[in-house]
Amino acid sequence: MATAERRGPNRETLNSALKWGVPLAGLAALLTIGISNNTCPSEGSIWLRYTIFGLRSGAIYAMIALGYTMVYGVLQLLNFAHSEIFMIGTFAGLYTIKSLFRVGPNAHLGPAFLVVVLAVAILFGALASGITAVVMERVAYRPLRKRGVSRLAYLITAIGVSLTLSNLFLLLDGKKHLGIPVAWPAIGGPAGVSYPPTIQHTPVFSVAGVPVDRPTFLVIAVAVAMLFVLDRFVHRTRTGQGIRAVAEDPETASLMGVNVDRIIVITFLVGGLMAGVAGVLYGVFFGQAQFNIGFVPGIKAFTAAVLGGIGNIRGAMLGGLLLGLIENYGVACIGAQWQEVFAFLVLVGVLMFRPSGLLGERVGG
Amino acid sequence: MSRETDEEMESQSKRAQEATPGGVEEPGGRWQERARTQYREWTSPVRAGLRHSREWFDKLPPPARWALTAALIAAAAVVPFVLNHALGITAPYWMSIVTKMGTAALLALGLNVVVGFAGLLDLGYVAFFAVGAYTFAILTGASRYNIAVFNQVPGAAALKPEWHMYMWLFFFAAIAVTMASGVVLGAPTLRLRGDYLAIVTLGFGEIVRITANNLTSITNGALGINQIPNPHINVGSFHYDFGLNNAPYYWLLLGFIVIWIFLLRRVDSSRIGRAWAAIREDEVAAAAMGVPTVRMKLLAFAMGAAVASVGGVVYASQISYINPDSFQLFSSDFGSVIILAMVVLGGMGGFAGPIVGASLIIFLPERFRALGDSRFLVFGLVIIIVMILRPQGLIPSRRRARELGGGETRDASVYEVQEHAR
Repeated sequence: MATAERRGPNRETLNSALKWGVPLAGLAALLTIGISNNTCPSEGSIWLRYTIFGLRSGAIYAMIALGYTMVYGVLQLLNFAHSEIFMIGTFAGLYTIKSLFRVGPNAHLGPAFLVVVLAVAILFGALASGITAVVMERVAYRPLRKRGVSRLAYLITAIGVSLTLSNLFLLLDGKKHLGIPVAWPAIGGPAGVSYPPTIQHTPVFSVAGVPVDRPTFLVIAVAVAMLFVLDRFVHRTRTGQGIRAVAEDPETASLMGVNVDRIIVITFLVGGLMAGVAGVLYGVFFGQAQFNIGFVPGIKAFTAAVLGGIGNIRGAMLGGLLLGLIENYGVACIGAQWQEVFAFLVLVGVLMFRPSGLLGERVGG
Repeated sequence: MSRETDEEMESQSKRAQEATPGGVEEPGGRWQERARTQYREWTSPVRAGLRHSREWFDKLPPPARWALTAALIAAAAVVPFVLNHALGITAPYWMSIVTKMGTAALLALGLNVVVGFAGLLDLGYVAFFAVGAYTFAILTGASRYNIAVFNQVPGAAALKPEWHMYMWLFFFAAIAVTMASGVVLGAPTLRLRGDYLAIVTLGFGEIVRITANNLTSITNGALGINQIPNPHINVGSFHYDFGLNNAPYYWLLLGFIVIWIFLLRRVDSSRIGRAWAAIREDEVAAAAMGVPTVRMKLLAFAMGAAVASVGGVVYASQISYINPDSFQLFSSDFGSVIILAMVVLGGMGGFAGPIVGASLIIFLPERFRALGDSRFLVFGLVIIIVMILRPQGLIPSRRRARELGGGETRDASVYEVQEHAR
């Protein structure tokens, strides 16, 4: 911290005591709680189980984090409404599943049909989120950008968008949870009807004796595929190059013939698509959606983006996975009621020890 | 209209032309510019009136200004009586809303120090409100009573807290604890740039809520704490029970608001206020000129926290019941984000702005309560529209407008803190 301050040695000591002491004390307190509860599992297989859980939630955080980090990269905007984009993906996916699942007598559904339903749900969820993100940019953010208003005005607008979207879904769906059909095999289905076990909670394969069930496998596989595609997109295509250029320096990029407006729209679109896919996966996994479902994953995804280095796309992926792991190990050792706290402690820790994130705060890297 | 309004209109259209070189304009900008022009036409009498009354007020001799201010405070103080007379049976309802406005205004004025003066984006402000309220609830013994009742400890009823005069001291205790928590949070994080600070404070807000939920042995967890005593005044033969009425709490809040504005005006026009302004405009330059940036930011943080804790104590003693869910980020009344919206809607950096913003944001959802669940939808839309039409807030601070260089910047960016950081 090379700030040019006039501080006496005493103040220096006090400041560094505060700076390092507070997080260390927090860590010590957490460890004490963990040790006194003595719930840290000793078996390796339990750790492995939590690792799989961690990768699963981490994959979802990573996909949401990409939207945050890309928008932050090009606009330096903390897009508060991104969690609502995620929420819309969940709703769109579950509505799609609900409507498609009514088609035809269930008894004749084969595994292929379920795969198609899932694929269509993911597609629709991604499209709904992507389109919402683009409309949001067009209606709410672009007018502000054209006038070059303050960043705080941006942020407040983002909060307004977030409120509007979540309350829109509160109206559409009420305060009840949108559940997916009881017959949906993920929840087991009513007795007596045999469903093709495409995404039942049955193990696909097991790692060292720990089973990986179908939804988990689905989440991780789809997420890895999406992350790979996105990485190629950003690094290997002209548009991706444009995104990196705008993130680096919008003015120079526009002088070089990059259409900045178009790139920004594409950034929102891509971020929205990823959040939509994540939303559908989240919805399929938990089997429900609610108007405020996006808040907690959204905040954690932002933490993941910062952990990896904001603006850094690979950093967001790494940060998401790491955050999922840390969180689940924390749950394993200390207790599930503190689950939401770990992410923030990690965030504070990262910001203190490595403010630019693990992979560094660059853009398009 | 007035001469100035015309000038402003002219500069407005000039700027619109500048913004669109060669007459080519993005479709995203055109409707929005038209909406702004329309908005300016419709509201120009109001804005001109506002500006004229401000200028008139500035030109008054100081005694007249003081008298006017005193009259304004007196007018605010008689609001409960007026409401009682004018509204009859619905008066208590509106009085509760006015009291809520008072709490909100106090919080908005406190957050304004952090956001408007020092330019730090704090999204966890409700945490300080919660720390204040919980400190008070724990100190008065209400928490102990609740836990004893819950655990069916024999003789728990005897623990029920009664108000004693010394409990007024708990206001100061709560302020001290909350300020300390502000320093503890601020010391490691205030070195970071703005957006990170925003997310860390957001996290802090959540941590406080979750901790209040989980530390059952101290805070009674999700059940919350009830029977927090209402204040009394017992001085000699004078007895006054705050009880369940709203009016005394309203006066208490009004008193705190007046004290706070008085203090803050002095601080703002002192060395500290100039240091804040310097940090807000360009932190690196301020540090280079010898402003102790971290200390000044910590001071702003601690002062904001102190005000929030006062709000929390008054809230806890009025409602007599708190639980962790009273302190959610988006909770309808005093969530961090809602308070920030009050400050920004009203206009940062001034005194009238946050009060107006707080009143509006409490009032609008109440007014639209008939809309049921959709009122927050309307609320969100209103925020977006205001940000498009008037991003500097309804009543922007004059000093900030001037600092940024004359009339032209009345609409210009007022939050450019750490733009250089990238």
